[in-house]
Amino acid sequence: MKQSSLLDIISPVMVGPSSSHTAGAVRLGLLARNIYNEKPSKVTFKLYNSYALTGKGHGTDKGVLAGLLGLSVDDTRIKDIFNLDISKQFEYEFEYLEDFNRHPNAVDFIIEGKHSMKISGDSIGAGEVVIRKINDFTVKCTGKYNTLLLVYKDVPNMISRVTNSIHVNIASLHCDRYAKGEDASMCVCLDGDIDKKVIDFLGLIEDVYMIRYIKKLES
Amino acid sequence: MEKLINTFAELSSCCTRTGKTIWQAAQEREADQNDMTIEDFRNIVKKNLTAMKEAIQNGLNSNEMSMSGLCGNDCSKLIERYKNERSLLGKTFERITTYALATSEENIRMGKIVACPTAGSCGIVPAVIIGVSDELNLDEEALINALITAGEVGRIVSNKVALAGAVAGCQAECGVASAMSAAALTQMRGGTIDEILNAMALAIKNLLGLTCDPVCGLVEVPCVKRNPFLAIHAVTASELALSGITSKIPPDEVIDALEQTGKLMSPTLKESSQAGLAKTRTAIDLEKRLLK
Repeated sequence: MKQSSLLDIISPVMVGPSSSHTAGAVRLGLLARNIYNEKPSKVTFKLYNSYALTGKGHGTDKGVLAGLLGLSVDDTRIKDIFNLDISKQFEYEFEYLEDFNRHPNAVDFIIEGKHSMKISGDSIGAGEVVIRKINDFTVKCTGKYNTLLLVYKDVPNMISRVTNSIHVNIASLHCDRYAKGEDASMCVCLDGDIDKKVIDFLGLIEDVYMIRYIKKLES
Repeated sequence: MEKLINTFAELSSCCTRTGKTIWQAAQEREADQNDMTIEDFRNIVKKNLTAMKEAIQNGLNSNEMSMSGLCGNDCSKLIERYKNERSLLGKTFERITTYALATSEENIRMGKIVACPTAGSCGIVPAVIIGVSDELNLDEEALINALITAGEVGRIVSNKVALAGAVAGCQAECGVASAMSAAALTQMRGGTIDEILNAMALAIKNLLGLTCDPVCGLVEVPCVKRNPFLAIHAVTASELALSGITSKIPPDEVIDALEQTGKLMSPTLKESSQAGLAKTRTAIDLEKRLLK
């Protein structure tokens, strides 16, 4: 059996009222912020199913926005986020949708700016979250590990070139692609931390289009 | 040191063999697994304990309603009553009920709380541990030991049952919080390992089948007021266990029953707001008004 930590049971310290609908929403926002990694000009938050239906009463809308702005799950400013100056950095709107093919607590971040990006994630219970899609690539980014994310051309040896440069233990590795020889993505979860130099080096590899290092979220 | 402890039987035999308390065994394992010193680990627990105390204080001083307007001003009524009238069961009862309500109300007004094990059940463990500490004259280290005991008990339950209303109903949220509190309180009062685990088992046994049927899908009705109820439930379990009363069904088997009951519970009663209190005439009216 996978060993759990008792700290997961007596945490997180968070603003209420719901670990899945409030803390989870903030964490999804934080991950989306780190993945996009630029200043957006406009963001559309698409909230699905239970997130759409009970989201307002649980502050889900405030949560996803606060996370995207970099606030942590225990930041008491979340409650008033719509009225704060920090929320005036970009335009934003909310859409409330029902789609039974999606998780009960699902959100899409449609981010416009210098680059456009669509990031989709689910809040899977007790504050745990997963980013499942970036544009059309499937990924698995939970914020529980320091995660290296690459988008590149599907060519031989790409995985070994990346893993050879990493000298900490790899907890999991997930790859996906549009088609052979086309755009591909790699999601590497790490037990430790890697140096910025390694990330810069990996970014120089031919055929790597995008690289992000998403730091583990505080619990 | 035992690296793997997945059941209450394993926990009990580990403690008996090594002569350690539950919190001692737990903190050693956690420090080892998380690559930190025991002192670092206890500091994290202490930080959460401090956040619990702050949530109680903030809750006691506020009257603000939740966004839905359904809850938020009940704790002040309790405080007002106890100014003039003593509770039949004394000061400790008054502290536990007001602290539980204060924390729960702080949660629904988007204040800062500690999910323990969840946000909807966040009032129970702090109310019991902090609420009895004055009466028992215990220092902070003893409260940290109690919170570690509560966490270890919750962790072992969570190995079998996900602590989520959507998976197993409220028995797995407020029910488990009450069982964690019963264990913590029994630890604080010098109970043996057996007494601590019996308190846990007795508490959960008497909450089996508790559904999750929140009105309008919000963590408010019946969640907020359920917190003081189940905090007091933990005290009953601890009193019984400390007198040597045992659960005829052993702790691990009680958790098996919890798991099975959760599986058999209709999905309409598991955080989907499709039955129970959530589908009463009044709840449907509220839904029309609030979620339009």
